[in-house]
This record gives sequence, C-alpha cells and structure tokens, in this order.
Amino acid sequence: MAETGLLKTTDTQKKKTREFFQLLLGHGMGKTGIIIIIIFLVMAFFSPLLWTNDPYKSGEAKDILVKPSAEFWLGTDDMGKDVWSQVVYGARVSIMIGFIAAVITVVTGAFVGIVAGFFGGKLEEGLMRIVDFFMMLPILPLMIVLAAVLGPSIWNIVFVISVVSWPTTARVVRSQVLSLKERPFIEAARCIGAPNKRIMFREILPNVVPLLFAQSILMITETIYAESVLSFLGLGDASKISWGQMLHFAFESGAMSNSPWWVIPPILSIVLLIVSFSFLGTAVSDVLTPGYKEKRGY
Amino acid sequence: MRNFLIRKVIASIVTLYAIVTANFVIFRMAPGDPIRMMFRDPRVSAEQLAEQTEKFGLSGSLWDQYLAYMGNLLQGDLGLSFWQKRPVIDVIAERIPQTLMLVLTALALAVLIGTFFGALAGWKSGKKTDSIILSTSLTLYSIPSFAMGIVLLMVFAYILTIFPLGGIRTPASGFTGIRSVLDVLWHMILPAFSIILWYVGEYILLTRSSMLDVLGQDYILTARAKGLRERLIRKRHALRNALLPVITITGVNLGFAVAGIIEAETVFSWPGVGRLIYDAVLKRDYPLLQGVFLVFAAAIILANFVIDLIYSFVDPRIRVGE
Repeated sequence: MAETGLLKTTDTQKKKTREFFQLLLGHGMGKTGIIIIIIFLVMAFFSPLLWTNDPYKSGEAKDILVKPSAEFWLGTDDMGKDVWSQVVYGARVSIMIGFIAAVITVVTGAFVGIVAGFFGGKLEEGLMRIVDFFMMLPILPLMIVLAAVLGPSIWNIVFVISVVSWPTTARVVRSQVLSLKERPFIEAARCIGAPNKRIMFREILPNVVPLLFAQSILMITETIYAESVLSFLGLGDASKISWGQMLHFAFESGAMSNSPWWVIPPILSIVLLIVSFSFLGTAVSDVLTPGYKEKRGY
Repeated sequence: MRNFLIRKVIASIVTLYAIVTANFVIFRMAPGDPIRMMFRDPRVSAEQLAEQTEKFGLSGSLWDQYLAYMGNLLQGDLGLSFWQKRPVIDVIAERIPQTLMLVLTALALAVLIGTFFGALAGWKSGKKTDSIILSTSLTLYSIPSFAMGIVLLMVFAYILTIFPLGGIRTPASGFTGIRSVLDVLWHMILPAFSIILWYVGEYILLTRSSMLDVLGQDYILTARAKGLRERLIRKRHALRNALLPVITITGVNLGFAVAGIIEAETVFSWPGVGRLIYDAVLKRDYPLLQGVFLVFAAAIILANFVIDLIYSFVDPRIRVGE
C-alpha cells in the first residue's frame, strides 16, 4: 500500500485502505464471506447470552438424546447436553484457536521471510532448507504425532498447528522481499544510512502488509480446518467444547444412525465458516491483483 | 540426465534422514516420553519389555538409543505395537494395499475430472461458466473430507441404505471371485467419493490458474495468428502446457493430500494406514503412531521422486539444471 516510509503517506494510505475494503465488499464472494464470518463472530462473542442451557452440564436420564424442542432448540447429545448451546460455545473455541494459531503462523512466517529475503546468502539458504523440509512432510500426520505426544490441551493444539504452518507464509513473503529489495526506495534508504533493522521493518514490512493480509485469511482457513480435524480425531482438549470435538463424540457413539440433530449443526458450522473464509481469501487475492480496479471499471 | 537423477536421489535421502531423526527427537524429548510410558503400560509383558529394552538400547545414553533406533530401522524394525502386541512393521504392512487401492482410484478420477473442468473454466475465463465452476470448486475444496464423509454416510448409508456403513467387505458373506471384487468396490464408493470431491476442487483451481497463465503466452498468440481453429489451440497448445505445473504441484501437495485419506478411512472404517493412525491415537499406541508417520513421510518422498522423474521426461527443460 505505502510505497515508502520515508515520505509521510498516511493520508493516501488511509484512502487506499478504504478503497481496498470498498472493492472487497463489491466482490460477490467477498461480501458473502464477510457476512457469514460476522454472524459467526457475533455468535462467538455473545455466546454466554445466546446459549439456552449450560453447554457443559450433563442432563438427567430423560434428557438424553432428546429431539429438537422448545427447551432444547437443537436437541441433546448422549450425555443430555444441549446441542445448540454447545454449537454456540464451540464457535468460541474453534474461532479462537484458529485466530491465535493464524496470528502466530503469519508473524513467524513474515519474520523468517523478511530476514531470509533481506540478508540472503548462507542465512537465507539455511532458512529456506528448513522451509522446504517442512513442506515435504505429511502435514496432518505430523500434527497428529505432535498433538498425541504433547497431550490434549488448547495451547498444545495452537502450538502444533503454528509449528507446522509457518513455512508457507515464510516462502511467499521471502519471494516478495526479494523483488522489493531491488526497488529504488530501498536503495534510497541505504544511501541515507538507515540501519538494516529500520529498512526491514519500516521500509519493507509496510509493503508486504497486503500480502500478509491475504496470507492471514488463508491461514485462518487452514487453522480452523486443522483444529476441527485434530479434535474430530480425538486429540482435542476434553475440557473445551469445539465443533470438531462434538463430531468426535457423535461419531464415536454412532449418532449418525439415530440422532442427526447432534451431527448436522457442528458439520454445517465447520463447513460454512471454512467456506466463507476461502471465499473471502479469493476475493482478497482478486482485489490485490494489479489491474483489478481498472477491470471493474472504477 | 544422470546428474539430475543423482541430485534427486541425494536430496531424497537427505530429507528422509532428517525426517527419521526428527521422528526420534519428537518421541524422546516430549514430556509424555513414550519410552517411559512403555514401562508403565500394562499391555506390555515383562518379557517383551526386557526384549525391547535390549533391542532399542533403552538403558543406555540417548546417543546409544539413537544408534540402536537407526540400526533397527535399517533392518525394518519399528518396534512393538502396544495394542496389537505384534511388530509395528507387520501391522502397517498389511494395511498398505487397501490404502493404495483407495488413494490411487480417488486420485486418478480426481485428476481426470479436475483437469477437465479446470481447463474449461480457464478457457471460459470471466464468463458465467467460469464463475460457476470456480465457486463450486472453492466450496468443495473447503469442505473437510471427514465432514463430507459423515454427510455421505448419513445420506447414502443410513437414510437411503444403498451403500454399506463401512469396512471393506460384507462380513461373513462368503463371496468369492468376481462377487468379492464387486463387494469391495461397492464398499469403496463412499470413502473414495469423500476424497475425490475434496481433491477435485483443488485440481480445478490448479488447472484453471495454470491455463490462465498459458493463455497469456506468445505461442498461443502465434497459434491464433496462424489462423488455427480454437478447438485445436485449446487441445494441442494450451491444455498440454497447462498440465505441466499441475504435475509438479501434485507432488508438492501430497503432504496435504494425505489428510483426505486419514479422514475418509476413519469415517468409513476402511482398513488402511489412515484408519490405523486414528486407532493408534485412540489406543495411545506410540510405537505404532511413530511407524505410521514414518511410512507416510517415506511414501511422500518416494512419490515426489517419481513425479520429478516423470516431469523430467515430459518437460526436457528441467533437466538442464535450475
């Protein structure tokens, strides 16, 4: 967005940011994605107001596997826990894990990518070897192994997802930095004797922000997916309800045969949220493609 | 060509060595050290324990343990499964054919369907057809295989009851010959579909963007200038070149593609390596888990090597060096 950090360009930057979001909302997929994501965010944020029963409270014998009713909007599971309340609460856990892991992933990836691209030489070669190594690994089995060895907890899940996911970001950021490095404004900064740290984080970083934004959306999509799979496979934190975990218990107790109300809501939530993030991701990369504005006739 | 081959072989071996070592480190350094866990596991008899301690040098230093682990690995010994009380390598080996059968079928169909629709979308870029294909494939690609699998299972196995609930054969059916083959295929349809639908989305997106790249190239312009018919340009000039990156990216994406197998096999109790990883997690069988991970990693490295070879035949430019 900003071409240079030497000149103060906050006003044009603001204008460009506003324009970017306008284009995003004008993009069909972008709009659909944003609306659904906002609904889920509201659900996660206000979940204590939205749940009708305690999501953790097991019911009495008569409340087990009840069909959807006025008391239990989406019925109950085999422990008599309210499905609607669990779905609402699960939004919290699923989204939170996804967001935190995505932030760690993108920050680590950006740092490694900028350092590797900027310094070049042996350092770059070494870092990129590590990145290539990670990209050759079977991702899900690696996450499963790490999660199983570390034991089930929310923070272990966040750690496992981040450790495995940062290399993709590092790679795209590095290639962007390689081309930025040759641009005149970097040379200008060097000429006036700006230290490396300043060039990396005040000159180069602002220019990779759009890329990082696109990358963050992509990473949130992947981390939410990863969390749901790990929890579905029974590696989630037993004390925290997430959608993947609801499905794990439903699957293990054979709920598919007799209680679809317990299975469908978490599946629908996972799919809707991931699909809307990938729609948003596509919209962002479309809008960031040079020439998009002109093509749309703005 | 020979140099290219040698370079690829060395790179594969180095990666494999790094993975094997990482595997050792993960399982020894972790807080819930599985080796120490083995001493407390009631499923392991005193006799087996003594034998494993001896074989894996568990009473020695970490370095001795590493050497013993590498030595055993070279002989194909991955230790003892707590759960099955048999060598891990035997447990895994008998699952491999079923996984290969499922994954190769799914991959072949997905590539065929995916490249067809992807090429179509790229060719019709910006038109209605393109946007319909694009949003459909994006949606398919975003649906995790396990979610798709559960939905397919509920609809086609529980409600419509046209497909079996899982497994690979009808139990105690006594089918032989062609009937038993058909029985296996019948069991394979749902798990295969839950993977195919996921892969297809990816192949459509890949082929489409590759097609868009190719269409902007000079040789397409030349073909047009020569007055060739559009169909000919699309088939001979555009599609062939658009498929090249699809081959490479297939290799790169294998690390992710494994996820589909694990999810589908788990949902449909398909007796393959993917379901084995789920069972190993549920049973807290660490040696088995470690073994399955190594097998997946080795399979990916091997597949990547094969793909590199194929690629170097299809596109001679690659052999000249990077």
